[in-house]
Amino acid sequence: MKEISKKTKQSLATYILVIAFYAVCEIWLKTGNMSSLMEGLLVPLCYYMILAVSLNIVVGISGELSLGHAGFMCVGAFTGAIFAVTAGANLPELLELVIAIFLGAAVSAVFGFLIGIPVLRLRGDYLAIVTLAFGEIIKNVINAIYLGVDSAGFHISIKDALSLNLAEDGTTIIKGAQGITGLPRNANFTIGIILLLISLFIIQNLINSRQGRAIMAIRDNRIAAESIGLSVSKYKMMAFVISAALAGVAGVLYAHNLSTLQATPKNFGYNMSIMILVFVVLGGIGNIKGSMIAAVILTILPEKLRFLSDYRMLIYAVVLIAMMLFNSAPKAIAFRERLMESINLKRNKNIKEEA
Amino acid sequence: MSEVNKTNTQNGKLLLDVDTLGISFGGLKAVDNFNLKISKGELYGLIGPNGAGKTTIFNLLTGVYKPDTGKILLDGVDITGKPTIEINKEGIARTFQNIRLFSDLPVIDNVKAALHNHYKYSLADAIFRTPKYFKTEKAMDEKAMEILKVFELDNAASYKASQLPYGRQRKLEIARAIATEPKLLLLDEPAAGMNPQETHELMDTIKFVRDNFNTTILLIEHDMKLVSGICEKLTVLNFGRVLKQGETYEVLHDPEVIKAYLGD
Repeated sequence: MKEISKKTKQSLATYILVIAFYAVCEIWLKTGNMSSLMEGLLVPLCYYMILAVSLNIVVGISGELSLGHAGFMCVGAFTGAIFAVTAGANLPELLELVIAIFLGAAVSAVFGFLIGIPVLRLRGDYLAIVTLAFGEIIKNVINAIYLGVDSAGFHISIKDALSLNLAEDGTTIIKGAQGITGLPRNANFTIGIILLLISLFIIQNLINSRQGRAIMAIRDNRIAAESIGLSVSKYKMMAFVISAALAGVAGVLYAHNLSTLQATPKNFGYNMSIMILVFVVLGGIGNIKGSMIAAVILTILPEKLRFLSDYRMLIYAVVLIAMMLFNSAPKAIAFRERLMESINLKRNKNIKEEA
Repeated sequence: MSEVNKTNTQNGKLLLDVDTLGISFGGLKAVDNFNLKISKGELYGLIGPNGAGKTTIFNLLTGVYKPDTGKILLDGVDITGKPTIEINKEGIARTFQNIRLFSDLPVIDNVKAALHNHYKYSLADAIFRTPKYFKTEKAMDEKAMEILKVFELDNAASYKASQLPYGRQRKLEIARAIATEPKLLLLDEPAAGMNPQETHELMDTIKFVRDNFNTTILLIEHDMKLVSGICEKLTVLNFGRVLKQGETYEVLHDPEVIKAYLGD
């Protein structure tokens, strides 16, 4: 029983951290002290945090290296955006966003499942390379697609807008590399934080469940996990699909924060996937709180360092290395473990004394 | 312990029936024409020199390898060539020669992971924290602690498995296997790397497990003190073939067996 309360405490600490972050930002914003630059970063911070914690399911909890996370974000973004400019255009803003989020999550989950079938047969470096390729394929395919709608339904082409053969009442939704225009831009910081909290709720409850235990057992020792009757393919897939669905949610948020959505190498390319991975690695693999903090620091830092102009990336790199050392150096880990042990000892003593 | 001293009325009935089992790797016949009959409640030993094919037989029994020839019946059910997960569900659990724990998980979660197929709730129950989730988790915690207590691991329940000393890791592996409620428990060199004192304790634990968890045990071991001390029957394997089978005392005093172990 003590074990449960300890885990619950850890989860609660994460929610409280997020809510505190929200409160600080809101106060900062309301008192008018926040620069417009920072204000513009609030929603991105939310989707970066969601992306980081969702990738942590695959990398930290399931122990597989995935380099295609931006691909699922891309799927979610375009699903949400298509809905926003078609069926959702006449709905109230909030309702439109909620439905778009569910749709984005669902379609990303389906893509996660389909891609997971071949990919999860691989392990280690091979899995990483193939996910990288899938991420790029998704982005490039969307870049080439023309999608239109008229009274007869959806038309799709990979040539140009004309070959859609739309009727007179038709409109083009995706214009190839030009993407989707006329988006509602109805995402805001509050919605972002709520989505982050929901993502955290899902992830932390997953970790502390029999399903999460199975996923982590398979990560730690596949052969032993099979010997006690755990289905490796089922639970690896579960982790992969949940991770993809949450990346899709981040994508919807991303799309609803823009007026024009395009699939460029910058936003959905492998650079983005690597950046999300950097959040996870720097925050400590499997460490949910850490990956969120890393996402915040590494998103704000480059902006805050602009005044250094040419030296900006130098400082950025130094911070990366410092964070890496703090989180991953054996001596730093040993130090943290000693610290935790002494705290635990003290606590156990207190409990004994109480008893 | 509710199961303590429960007399097993089914003792003596045939549990495992292995018939002409064989597998070869390339040109090498690792196991050839292997037969084995184990009755319910027995404590059976599988011994033989290094490379005789003992672990290969465990891997065949648990579905890690698919046999080229032969049949494996567990409690009358044909489990030949089934995947490991299915075989575990049919009732075979094992430990490993080189310990394979879920090293980053707490000790208690190692056991709870093994309770997976006996205590169920859906993913939705888990995410929305339904009453079923709390009820099942509580039952799992209680069951896991009950098992850990038998192996004197209950005071280390919240430690990471990798933090345990070697001897206790071995015990945890047995605890984890027992948690799947196997009809047949396979122990692969449980005493490897243990000192005489630890080995002695282990012998008591193994007997206790057999008597109180309503299971049958087949073990591989090189420690002759352990084998002669607790095994009721033995099979000696040499070069993938059965050299001798029978009561422990007779087998260990057989001239052929002594020759295989000590040479001419």
